[in-house]
Amino acid sequence: MHLDFSPEDLAFQREVRAFIAENYPAALRAKQKDGDELSKEDFLSWHRVLARKGWVAPAWPVEYGGTGWSPTQRYIWSEETARADCIRLMPFGLAMVGPVIYTFGTPEQKARFLPRILSGEDWWCQGYSEPGSGSDLASLRTRAVRDGDHYVVNGQKTWTTMAQYADWGFFLVRTNPEAKQQEGISFLLVDMKSPGVTVRPIITLGGEHEVNEVWLEDVRVPVENRIYEEDKGWTCAKFLLAHERTGIAGVAASKRGVEKVKAIAAAELDGERPLIANPFFRRKVTELEMDLTALEFTELRSLAGASAGKGPGPESSLLKIKGSEIQQRLTELTLEAVGHYGAPYFRGFGEGDNEHPIGPDYAHRAAPTYFNTRKTTIYGGSNEIQRNIIAKMVLGL
Amino acid sequence: MDFSFTETQDMLRDTLARFLADTYDFEARKKMLARPEGRDPGIWKALANELGILGAPFAEEHGGLGGSALENMIMMEELGKVIAIEPYLQTVVIGGGALKRAGGAMADALIPAIIAGEAVIAFAYAEPQGRYDLANLRTTARADGAGYVLSGQKAVVYAAPWASHLLVTARTGGSQREREGVALFLIDANLPGVVRRDYPTVDGFMASEIYFENVAIPGDALIAGGIDLVEQLVDEATMAICAEASGVARRLHEGTLDYIRQRKQFGVPIGKFQVLQHRMADMFIEVEQIASMALMGTLKLDLPAAERKAAVSLAKAKVARSINFVGQNAVQTHGGIGITQELAIGHYFKRGTMIEGQFGSADFHLDRFEQLTA
Repeated sequence: MHLDFSPEDLAFQREVRAFIAENYPAALRAKQKDGDELSKEDFLSWHRVLARKGWVAPAWPVEYGGTGWSPTQRYIWSEETARADCIRLMPFGLAMVGPVIYTFGTPEQKARFLPRILSGEDWWCQGYSEPGSGSDLASLRTRAVRDGDHYVVNGQKTWTTMAQYADWGFFLVRTNPEAKQQEGISFLLVDMKSPGVTVRPIITLGGEHEVNEVWLEDVRVPVENRIYEEDKGWTCAKFLLAHERTGIAGVAASKRGVEKVKAIAAAELDGERPLIANPFFRRKVTELEMDLTALEFTELRSLAGASAGKGPGPESSLLKIKGSEIQQRLTELTLEAVGHYGAPYFRGFGEGDNEHPIGPDYAHRAAPTYFNTRKTTIYGGSNEIQRNIIAKMVLGL
Repeated sequence: MDFSFTETQDMLRDTLARFLADTYDFEARKKMLARPEGRDPGIWKALANELGILGAPFAEEHGGLGGSALENMIMMEELGKVIAIEPYLQTVVIGGGALKRAGGAMADALIPAIIAGEAVIAFAYAEPQGRYDLANLRTTARADGAGYVLSGQKAVVYAAPWASHLLVTARTGGSQREREGVALFLIDANLPGVVRRDYPTVDGFMASEIYFENVAIPGDALIAGGIDLVEQLVDEATMAICAEASGVARRLHEGTLDYIRQRKQFGVPIGKFQVLQHRMADMFIEVEQIASMALMGTLKLDLPAAERKAAVSLAKAKVARSINFVGQNAVQTHGGIGITQELAIGHYFKRGTMIEGQFGSADFHLDRFEQLTA
């Protein structure tokens, strides 16, 4: 057991670093710097670069388009992309429905959907939560009734992230209202351009349009778009949630976040000294680094277990809880660091507006990001639910 | 010792609460924010003329109701309950506080104008480099004949776009962080050379960056008292936003309590889950302590400076910590809906968050307390 990178790993690190430097889209970098909201095309620009290189889905098995990287190489990859401030790829296709399809799908479904997820041709969204079914997801009421070789779907989903751009959505629907809650649910792939699908924006506290309500009214979905067996969709749902939870730890991005907080606190003045030299502020950053290191090594141990054949299990709830709390703490310290300039509400440059925004660049989005990041302890199964999972599944209580 | 309010104080609270219940629900507030000027000036006029309560903390000789900081506390707590975007803090608490100390012709002219709802004052004290140090000033007021010439930049001046007057801190001497040489001026907001960039703030207010480009101001704009007076005014303002936080926190708690009673998951109202019951109990504890600290600090505002500052710092540090806890947990307990613009709860959270840092973070005030009591 050791922590060293092999010469091959170091060579890989150099290769990755050079690739990012040469290929990360410059326009995207400029928008990130200005704190502008990113468009669908912005997200896809980096996705396509990686798709062409064959690096878009490192976690996938090689036969479906994965990279075949070792856990160490994947670790290097996430470190390097975070270090270079690369945007996070949309997870709905790559990290969520993709693994469900290659794990539970038919050969036809794999051939039809997986290549388009990799290429970025299809943008996916997730139809899980409903207004009445959040933490209690299995109580969902969106109904799918069989009609020949179609299902007719009616219901409402909510918190559907980036559905405004989506070509396809994966939906949990109730196909058997008689069965016990978890046993009457099916996993359907829905073409978002189908008649009867309506997407309505929900605006969040920072002013962002990320999430949506999705209404389904007599939407006809071919039976061939069902993944796995009818009424057995909960199996796919649970598999996906466990997958979502591990990615959610966001260790590499949070490490980069710590560097950024330090840089901001080095630029901000606290009397004659920079804020980072204020022992009280400095200590808070250090405590965050401490927690982050504990999370990092917990994740590395978990990944080592996964590569030894143990899939992500209920302990991934730990990663979700600590990862999300650290992400929130980072935004909190950033807002504290920027002082008065947390107050101005800056929403990116309007068309033709070149006037410099108020205060330093790093302060523009500090408050909206803090507000928005409260979502991390709520989504992907709230942290209360994660603690229930640990209590029940890990501790046997 | 007596913690009871007078009949007049109870009446002041009831009058304001009833008015705000009629005029300031969440939907009405949303419409105010959407107006081009970012507020409904009719509300301020109504507070002045229909209710006649903008005079609450002013002496009767100026047409006021003869109250003091306790009246400001009552007003701010009620305004906090509706997350009001009215310039009461800036105009009455801070501007009015300065005028009371200034006395003379300036007070005789402007206090009645405040009470009548005609004068709105914004407090231009913060600077980009200064953080929470009130003496860290680059803005200068250079003596020039009988008057002064004002030059410099002020950061995030709340209510400035609405203001008829500006209360400005500037150096008449001394080096950048020296206490000596700090002076306070009350000037017309529209003097030549006063340049503003206006913008909304994340908590629903309007604010400005203000650039003083060699602004000629009259000699009688100076309010004597220097840094000591500025500190006194900011301590009074700090206690006013602690009172506001009390109103904000109470609504965050009540709103969350309502929500967990009606929101059902797993077949029961989620308020039945013990983990949420304990959280609501913890929030309740913090809400009560915010109210206690708001009162404690307010009652000590007239003590000698060192005692006053220590009390205010302890109060503000505790309020900052507590409003953080209450706000974060209110949002968390609401789940996704707590993060949307659609529900009031998120807007209370935003105002509560900005109160945390306003006039000094918890760290700043704990530090100030330790220095004063070492």
